Amino acid sequence: MKLTYREAMRAAMREALQRDERVFLMGEDVGRYGGGFAVSLGLLEEFGPRRIRDTPLSEAGFVGAGIGAALGGMRPIVEIMTVNFSLLALDQIVNNAATLLHMSGGQFNVPIVIRMTTGGGRQLAAQHSHSLEGWLAHIPGLRILTPATLEDARGMLWTALEDPDPVLIFEHGSLYNVAGELADDAGPVDIDRAAVRREGADVSIITYGGTLPTALGAADALATDGIDAEVLDLRTLRPLDDAAVLATVAKTHRVVVVDEGWRSGGISAEISARITESAFYDLDAPVARVCSEEVPVPYARHLEQAALPSVERVVAAAREVVGPGG
Amino acid sequence: MTEEETAAAIARDPEHVRHLLRQMVRVRRFEEACVELYSATKIRGFLHVYIGEEAVATGVMSVLAPDDAVVATYREHGHALLRGVSANAIMAEMYGHAEGCCRGRGGSMHLFDAATRFYGGNAIVAGGLPLAVGLALADKLSGRDRVTVCFFGEGAVAEGEFHESMNLAALWDLPVLFCCENNLYAMGTALERSESQTDIALKASGYAIAAWAVDGMDVLAVEEAARRAVDAVRAGAGPHFLELRTYRFRAHSMFDPERYREKAEVERWMERDPIELLRAALETQGRLSADEWSALQHEVEEEVQAAIAFAEAGTLEPVEELTRFVYSERTAP
Ligand SMILES: Cc1ncc(C[n+]2csc(CCOP(=O)(O)OP(=O)(O)O)c2C)c(N)n1
Ligand SMILES: [Mg+2]
Repeated sequence: MKLTYREAMRAAMREALQRDERVFLMGEDVGRYGGGFAVSLGLLEEFGPRRIRDTPLSEAGFVGAGIGAALGGMRPIVEIMTVNFSLLALDQIVNNAATLLHMSGGQFNVPIVIRMTTGGGRQLAAQHSHSLEGWLAHIPGLRILTPATLEDARGMLWTALEDPDPVLIFEHGSLYNVAGELADDAGPVDIDRAAVRREGADVSIITYGGTLPTALGAADALATDGIDAEVLDLRTLRPLDDAAVLATVAKTHRVVVVDEGWRSGGISAEISARITESAFYDLDAPVARVCSEEVPVPYARHLEQAALPSVERVVAAAREVVGPGG
Repeated sequence: MTEEETAAAIARDPEHVRHLLRQMVRVRRFEEACVELYSATKIRGFLHVYIGEEAVATGVMSVLAPDDAVVATYREHGHALLRGVSANAIMAEMYGHAEGCCRGRGGSMHLFDAATRFYGGNAIVAGGLPLAVGLALADKLSGRDRVTVCFFGEGAVAEGEFHESMNLAALWDLPVLFCCENNLYAMGTALERSESQTDIALKASGYAIAAWAVDGMDVLAVEEAARRAVDAVRAGAGPHFLELRTYRFRAHSMFDPERYREKAEVERWMERDPIELLRAALETQGRLSADEWSALQHEVEEEVQAAIAFAEAGTLEPVEELTRFVYSERTAP
């Protein structure tokens, strides 16, 4: 069946709403408007306003209410229009969702799923272009998912809803219109493992989410130069699949980490540190990173493109790591 | 305003009323051009136009002093223009050019201008309210009699930042005027589906702030209310709040298929087009001849075309400058 990432996500929500009466969707403009990114289009007509709930502009309020509903036995899917606005709800996510199980000595778990769009690249300027999933991956108590493929858009949600603890799903805005083939029987997928999206022997490009297409594009470009790149899609930023990271390092001995987040204190730093801690002697070259420039993402197209990771920058980094002999 | 009141206002100062008309037409034409330029892919990102709501910012800006401060939202091209930012600098910004008021870094939703104390452009709903409170606090602490005016949509009223700002402004008795542009929708969410109490002025009154509702399609009514409120704020009577009842004629942004409202409702509101209302009133009073009206339109068109030409001739900020303005530039000691 041919469909888009957006439709795969919608199919996942429809399935969840059909399978479990406790599941409901709430967020700004998820109903009448059809979703800020049209992901929930049609669900209001199908499931009604009791289960497809439009909320006022009140991110802290409705995320907190989702946490409360989860404590009360429901299985809420809370949609925050974009990660940028999740900043108004950080208190609820970090101080409540992530901590209640631990603080209550294991008595109160929070089975909530929070979905949001992330990333830049659409000339929306600094306040609408953040990539903060790596930031949230800093927080123990949360699970952070970054579906980059149709299978994962279709399959991660149900598994996340079955998780007894809070799960945040980050959907990169540039992926919604990506179309492709999905098996008719596509369904839930695991949310623990990273996945090798392209096998290679010379260098490992480690990435996730919106920069997976960038990494694959770079791998294609490198292939024409005779450099055989492996692409590892992390899929889950917390907990990280260390075994998969170490396995690809053991295979290629060279690494480029690609992350649309900033370099300083970002998830790319964490990955690099873990490689250094556990596989230092496997490395034939220092770990390289391609991240966003350390600047609030600008509006003008040429400046924005210069700020974000690109195929060219990944290719250049990979060549550098492989060296003249490679 | 009643017909008699409008007639009286026109009779008192027809030149000024024609000026208000011109200001509204400037905003309207500038934004109509923006929409065309968006379709032509000259302007990118999000574009939110104010078409239908011009009387609100026109009436309020008209009574401000040069050193007052303005805080607005992402629907702020008109506010910037009316505040005195040049059409050239705004258009160049929307083109992402170095000659823009933010050197191409802000775009449509983030227009700033220090010279006119225009503190943006804010794309986070309700994000500007605490800033306005702080600007007013600074004036109060410094003993200045400046006023800070903060514009925001009725959607912002549901946010915590709105309530926290109301309370602080009233508690500290700050010189700030809150202008709620109640256009009945926050994207696709109608006011009555997002607020348990839809009387927004009443809500502000709950914080002990002087607040009242105004017909936001009547620029003379807006101006009169704004003058009363600004004068009171400047005289030290504490924060004031205007709920300006208006309507946006166009979609929320360029990506909105408008599934949430009936065409008939939009058409009903368009019968109260603020520009048409004022033009008709001036004509009825014999204060706007056909020649004057076409001259006015012609001059506005020239300004808009000049702004487009300026933006077209603009240059790109060199990529080497990408990371400038992340931190302040210090001159060497
Ligand atoms: C905190 C936050 N949440 C969500 C959004 C997305 N959004 C942008 S505009 C808007 C509607 C705001 O409506 P209102 O305040 O009434 O202003 P209007 O657009 O009608 O002028 C929404 C939901 C945002 N920009 N910021
Ligand atoms: Mg509104």
